[in-house]
Amino acid sequence: MYELIIVGAGPAGMTAAVYAARKRLNTLLISDDVGGQPLTTVGIENYMGYQFIEGPELMQKFEEQVRQFPSDVKVQVGQKAESLSRMDGGFEVKTDKSEIHRAKAVIFATGKRPRQLNVPGEKEFLGRGVTYCAICDGPLFAGERVAVIGGGNSALEAAEGMIRIAQHIHLVSLTPLTGDQILIDKVSGASNLTVFLKYEVLEIKGKGRVEGIRIRDLKSKQQRELDVGGVFIEIGLIPNSEAIRAMTTLNRIGEVEVNCANETGVPGLFAAGDVTNVPEKQIVVAAGEGAKAALQAHRYLQRLK
Amino acid sequence: MIREVKIYTTPGCPYCKMAKKFLGDNGIKYQEFNVAEDKIARDEMRNKCSSLGVPTICFDDEMLVGFDEAQLREKLGL
Repeated sequence: MYELIIVGAGPAGMTAAVYAARKRLNTLLISDDVGGQPLTTVGIENYMGYQFIEGPELMQKFEEQVRQFPSDVKVQVGQKAESLSRMDGGFEVKTDKSEIHRAKAVIFATGKRPRQLNVPGEKEFLGRGVTYCAICDGPLFAGERVAVIGGGNSALEAAEGMIRIAQHIHLVSLTPLTGDQILIDKVSGASNLTVFLKYEVLEIKGKGRVEGIRIRDLKSKQQRELDVGGVFIEIGLIPNSEAIRAMTTLNRIGEVEVNCANETGVPGLFAAGDVTNVPEKQIVVAAGEGAKAALQAHRYLQRLK
Repeated sequence: MIREVKIYTTPGCPYCKMAKKFLGDNGIKYQEFNVAEDKIARDEMRNKCSSLGVPTICFDDEMLVGFDEAQLREKLGL
């Protein structure tokens, strides 16, 4: 039995692991990947100490720092925590590989993932015109008509990137545009961009690959079909909190509720980073929260002795 | 024995970098095609592999879209 299991190896989880190692806690760090969301962040200019660094490079540095403590922190990658339950004297973490790990305390730092539209065609055409990574797949749609779904910063950045690449972009948003004004200004003058505000996507259509989408005006209920070869879905993120949903309190949008000491309502269960209700989803914030959670877990374990 | 691994990438794609690092770390030689620049490779990926996502990784009769370490490990027999 470990003293501590940290679930998730993004900025929060890996920082927690370093702090746990420095307290000589016998720790297991378990995650499906190493790096989390920054792996898909191209340029980072607001993590102190680096005027510019790419996300994967920063996460590699985090990982190297965690792996400096092999006798204290065991790192297990390629497994996802499926469920967490209480047991006598601690917790049991069950993974998607059907392994069970036990610890006296747990830090849950599983981050967020892209939200899906949940419309017909979305799953079927993933990798065949539907994408959640505009920066990855944008160049594949050179000279084509595409749709960008969403109205926040990610959607606007995707639209801006495609202005130079695609023949035409349809920007479809459920709400008025909510992204930063600087991004709205960048896209609003483009001659090859049409904006559909207060429209919902009903269906992604095609044969073997995406050929179009069907959208509906929220007010008039009138439907329209748009011929597009690519659909870029950028409608925000959802917390990876399913594994502890039954155990602790989540807020309205599924984030784990914690107090300022990263405690959930369950003694011994802490949470940190983007999966929590702590405002501002930033790498520097997540790292700080991970540190706090580990120090708090250490205090909790001291009290058990 | 895997004969030939082809990986179709774009320069801004972080998953492509992760996939290439994984192949390199495991001593697997691969041929990379930048489909943002190479139109012939882009058409090959789209038509032959019916893929519109990167990385697309092809070897033997397998075609994987995206980087899923566990899946790639299994298919490559690592």
